[in-house]
Amino acid sequence: MIGIIKYQAGNLASVSNALNRLGAAHFITDDHNELEKADGIIFPGVGHAGAAMDDLRSRDLDVWLKNTTKPVLGICLGMQLLYESSEEGDSNTLGLIPGELKKFDASKAKVPHMGWNQCKPNIDHPLLKGISEKQFLYYVHGYYAPICKNTLASCNYINDFTAVVAKDNFMGVQFHPEKSGQVGSLLLQNFADMVNIKSEINS
Amino acid sequence: MLTKRIIPCLDIKDGRTVKGVNFVGLRDAGDPVELAQRYTAEGADELVFLDITATKEKRKTLVKLVTEIAAHINIPFTVGGGIKTVEEIEAILKAGADKVSLNSAIVRDPDLITRASNAFGSQAIVAAVDAKRVDDHWEVFVKGGSEPTGLDALSWIKKTEMLGAGEILLTSMDRDGTKSGFDLDLLKKVNQQITIPVIASGGAGTIQHCCDAVLIGNADAVLAASIFHFREIEIDDLKAQMANEGIDVRILHRDTEESSI
Repeated sequence: MIGIIKYQAGNLASVSNALNRLGAAHFITDDHNELEKADGIIFPGVGHAGAAMDDLRSRDLDVWLKNTTKPVLGICLGMQLLYESSEEGDSNTLGLIPGELKKFDASKAKVPHMGWNQCKPNIDHPLLKGISEKQFLYYVHGYYAPICKNTLASCNYINDFTAVVAKDNFMGVQFHPEKSGQVGSLLLQNFADMVNIKSEINS
Repeated sequence: MLTKRIIPCLDIKDGRTVKGVNFVGLRDAGDPVELAQRYTAEGADELVFLDITATKEKRKTLVKLVTEIAAHINIPFTVGGGIKTVEEIEAILKAGADKVSLNSAIVRDPDLITRASNAFGSQAIVAAVDAKRVDDHWEVFVKGGSEPTGLDALSWIKKTEMLGAGEILLTSMDRDGTKSGFDLDLLKKVNQQITIPVIASGGAGTIQHCCDAVLIGNADAVLAASIFHFREIEIDDLKAQMANEGIDVRILHRDTEESSI
């Protein structure tokens, strides 16, 4: 069972629809007691980093996220909030993955980076099973995570940046798998498979 | 690389897809959800739904339709047509649309762009501009192109960007429905002065027109209705030809992406 974190910055309907199409059981909640019952967590996000952090803090979800050992998949802003800080509103974020989010240089190309772009896996990981650098995913973002040792796949727009990241039980994707056609569905299926394997081991 | 987008547009009336010829003789062209699924499977990068339902009562069905579309398609889509308030925008986005396009309402109330982009992010707010050449400039028209506003299109578009629009859906009224090609002068001039993406609309008749919109007009995306609707141009063929001309496009790799919809 996947728990989708409900807060103001979520694209909840789209993520829920995508899981429905896969037949993946899930629920949506902002209550960390409920989230505790899930086997894996999807942490969506659209909007402003500072505002999203304020909203998480008001529901004590920041503390819960920092301490959970369940597999967590951050999407777009949800991925960005896993890092230490963001230039967006000079926000301190969750600090689960080292690094700071940077703003794209708008003098070089149109910002936000919006549309279909590729992601180049640089390491084998179950989340990226079956996904190659030829395929396209849908991105919408004005800030980016620089490449670091936790980067699983990179993308290029203006500069190279992290498209997929993982550290311990935390994973993040900069693109929107729920809006990325069949390739995005495959990534969500991979996450659901990882969650199911883990719940079988635990039970 | 970031690819140029191909966007089929569906006109919706009372919950059905319709296709008009020069604003008259609207005819039923089917179930919007089915058509949206067809376009998605064929490789459309995004979809735009424009609601042309006249009465307020029937417009309530739009949110229901958006919910239905969002449940069935897995690519981004924009919904527009008669949207006037932040509350209406919220209802449509919560139902699963990724963006709304605003047209007449922002001419009357430009601050709506700012209120909406503050509430939902500028990436969700598309300023739709219907422009018509008048003497040596382009003028903005509203209400489905029936009412002149006196606004200069280039300055209005610049203003929508400053107010917080995340994208421009630029329709040339002179070319709309003519299949004689996009207004490349207009596209070029608009792209010179703004930094947000521009969707070219109005005039698509051939594959070459779509290539020119990108190569000469610098459009980020190309929108068309009838050429896709009546299968005059297949999205596959269009993308293959664009790729031949050196334009980066998203090609589906069907070995791993066989459609399940």
